[in-house]
Amino acid sequence: MRRRRVATAGAVLAAVGVFVAFAGSSTGSAASGTVTIGASLSLSGDFATDGQAFQRGYELWAKDQNAKGGLLGKTIKLDIVSDASQPAQVTTNYNKLIGSDHDAFVLGPFSTLLTVPASKVVARYGYAFVEGAGGAPSAFGNGLTNVFDVSVPVATNLDAFARWVASLPKSERPKTAAYPTSNDPFTEPQLPPAEKIMEAAGIKTVYKTVFPAEVTDFTPIANQIAADKPDAVVLGSVDVPTVSAFIHAFIQQHYSPKFFIATAGPDQGAAFVSAVGKGNENGIFVPNGWYGGSPKADSKQMVKEYIAQYGGNASGVNADVAEAYSVGQVLTQAVNATHGFDNKKIIAYLHSKVTLNSVQGPVKFNSVGENTALQATTFQWQNATLVPTIPVGSPGTVKPIVPKPAWGS
Amino acid sequence: MSLNDLVHAIIEGVLTGGVYALMAAGLSLIFGVMDIVNIAQGAMVVLAGYLSYSLSVHLGIDLFVGLLITVPAMFALGVVVEWGFMRRLREGDRTSMSILITYAVAIIIEGVLSVIYGVDYVQLQASYVNQSVHLLGFYLPYIYLMGFAMAVVLLAGLYFMLYRTKFGRGIRASLQNRTAADLIGINVNRTRMLSVGIGVAVTACGGMVFGATNAFNPGSGYDLISRLLAIVILGGMGSIGGAMAAAVLLLVLSDVVAVAWSPLWAPLVFFAALVLVLSIRPTGLFGRQAVRAQ
Repeated sequence: MRRRRVATAGAVLAAVGVFVAFAGSSTGSAASGTVTIGASLSLSGDFATDGQAFQRGYELWAKDQNAKGGLLGKTIKLDIVSDASQPAQVTTNYNKLIGSDHDAFVLGPFSTLLTVPASKVVARYGYAFVEGAGGAPSAFGNGLTNVFDVSVPVATNLDAFARWVASLPKSERPKTAAYPTSNDPFTEPQLPPAEKIMEAAGIKTVYKTVFPAEVTDFTPIANQIAADKPDAVVLGSVDVPTVSAFIHAFIQQHYSPKFFIATAGPDQGAAFVSAVGKGNENGIFVPNGWYGGSPKADSKQMVKEYIAQYGGNASGVNADVAEAYSVGQVLTQAVNATHGFDNKKIIAYLHSKVTLNSVQGPVKFNSVGENTALQATTFQWQNATLVPTIPVGSPGTVKPIVPKPAWGS
Repeated sequence: MSLNDLVHAIIEGVLTGGVYALMAAGLSLIFGVMDIVNIAQGAMVVLAGYLSYSLSVHLGIDLFVGLLITVPAMFALGVVVEWGFMRRLREGDRTSMSILITYAVAIIIEGVLSVIYGVDYVQLQASYVNQSVHLLGFYLPYIYLMGFAMAVVLLAGLYFMLYRTKFGRGIRASLQNRTAADLIGINVNRTRMLSVGIGVAVTACGGMVFGATNAFNPGSGYDLISRLLAIVILGGMGSIGGAMAAAVLLLVLSDVVAVAWSPLWAPLVFFAALVLVLSIRPTGLFGRQAVRAQ
C-alpha cells in the first residue's frame, strides 16, 4: 500500500515536473516549420475598434514577414484570442498563450489598462513583451524588465502642442483653457504637464475635471465648459464616443473653441469623421506617433497593402494598425539580431540601447522599456485629412489652422 | 458651479431621462408581462440604432420617418425572440433562465452586427441632431426635446393600452393566472408574443434617439444594460410609468452630482440611489403588486 502511494506521488511529481518544464520554457513553440506568436486583443467590448485595428496590424505584419521568408525561415502563425476589453480576461489569455499554447512569443494587447496586468503575467514566464499601446507611466513603473513599448510614451504626448500654443503671439494665444479628462491611465497623466506649460504662458485654467470611463451623460460636463467659453479645450479622451459627445454638445450650445485637442479619438480616421459628422472634424488636433500619409517608405508600403486589403484611403487608416505593425517589426529585428527564439536573449538585446526601425519611426528603449527615440507629433484635421502640424516646421508638417474653423465648415 | 449650471443640469437630466425611459420601457413591459429579464435589451437598442443608421445612410430616409420601418421590424424581431427563445422557458424557473437565454440573444445580435457593420463607431446624423432652441436662457437640443416628447407619448400610449383596453386586461390576466386566463378564452401565448413584440418595437424609438445622441458600435449594449436594469428596478419591475419616473430621477441626480460635486461620483450616486430606494421600498417606486392591482 505504502509502495503504491510512493509510486503515485512520484508519478504526480514527474507529471508536474514535465508540465513546469514546458510551461516555464521561454523559447516556446518554434521547433517545427512554424513559429507561433500569441496576442490577446480586445475584439469586443469598449476597445473593440482599437483591438480589431491592432489585429489587422499584426496580421499585415505577419503576412509581409511571411512573404519575406518568415522568422529565421519559419512561417509566422498568429494565435490571437479576445479579452473583451477586460483586465481579468487579459491575464487569463496570456497564461493560456504561454502556459498552455506554448507560443514562442507574445505581443501586447490594446491600451495601458490591459497592458499593465498582462505584462506581470508575461514577466512570470520570462517572456519579452513588445507592445504598442501601453505607453502610460503606469506601464513602466512596475519593476519589470521585459516590457518594451514601440510607440511614443504618452506622458509627454501633449507637450509639443502646449509649447506651440504657448509660443504663439499674444494676439493669437488663447487666454483661457479647459481640461476635462477621463480617469483612464492612458489619458489622465497627459493633461497636467500641458496645463503647466500653458498656465506658465498666461493661459488661465477656467475648468478642469476628471470623469469616469463609464459616463452615463457627458452633457453636464460639456455644457459647463460651453458656459465658461474657454478659448482652448484639452480633452483627455480614450475613444471616439467621448470626443463625439463633447463635439455634439458644443455645437448644440453654439460654442466653438479656438483650439481643440483630444488625446485619442480623432486618430481613428474615418470612424471619427463618421461619428462627429463631416466637416465637424476640421481644425481638431490629436497627438500621435504616426499618420496615414507618413512619407516613410515602409509606412507607405503598409498603407498601400492595408488599402488593397480593407479599402478606404490613407487618412482612414487607424493609427493602431501602425502601432501593431511596429511591434512586429521590432520583434523581427530582435529575432534576426539574436539568431533565435530565446526570449531572454531578446530582452537583453532590446535593452542594449540599439536603435531599431518601425513604420512609426525609430525605436530605442530606455531601462524601463519606453521608446525614447520617437517624439509625438501633433496632427490636425484639415480639409477632411489628418495632417502633421506640430512641431511646426519639422519635415513633412503643414501649418496649423488657427483658430479652429467653425463647426461643419 | 453657478445656479445656471445647476438648472441646466436639471433640465438636461430630465431630457436625457426621457431618452433612457424610451430605452428601458420595453424591458419593463417584457418583465411585467412575462417575468423575463431581457438582458438583450441593450443589444436591441443598438440593433435599432443600426437599423436607423442603414436607412439614413443608404436610403437617405430621415431618422423619424425611418421609425415607420424600424418599429415594425423590431416588433417582428420581438415576436421571433418570444417564439424562439422565451416561450420555451418553463414557468417555474422562467425568470432565472431568461437571464441566460437573453444573454445569448445579446451575443448573437452583437455578433451579427459586428459581421455586417464592423466595430467602428458610428452616430446617426441629421440636421436637427446638432440644432438647439434657445429657451429660458438655455440652449436645449432638438433631438433631446423630440426624444423626451416621444417618450411621453409612447409611454402614455403603452399605459393606456395596458390599463384601458381589452387587450391590456388580457395581458394582465394572463400574467396573474395563466390557467384562469386560458379558461376565460384568452390566448395566452398569443398575448405574450404580441406583448414582447410591442416591448421590442418601443425599443426601436429608444435606439434611434440613443444613436443620434451617442456614438455606438455593436458592443455598446453592454454599457447600457446595467443602467437600464437600474432604471427598471427603481421604477418597479413591470411599471411603465415607473420606468419614466426612475429614468428622469436617476439622470437628474447623476447630472446634478456631476456639476455640483464631481463627474467621478455621478455613476456611484446613480446606483446608490437605487440601493437606497430599494431598502425603503423593495418593490421600487411603483412596485409590481400595486401595478398589477390597478
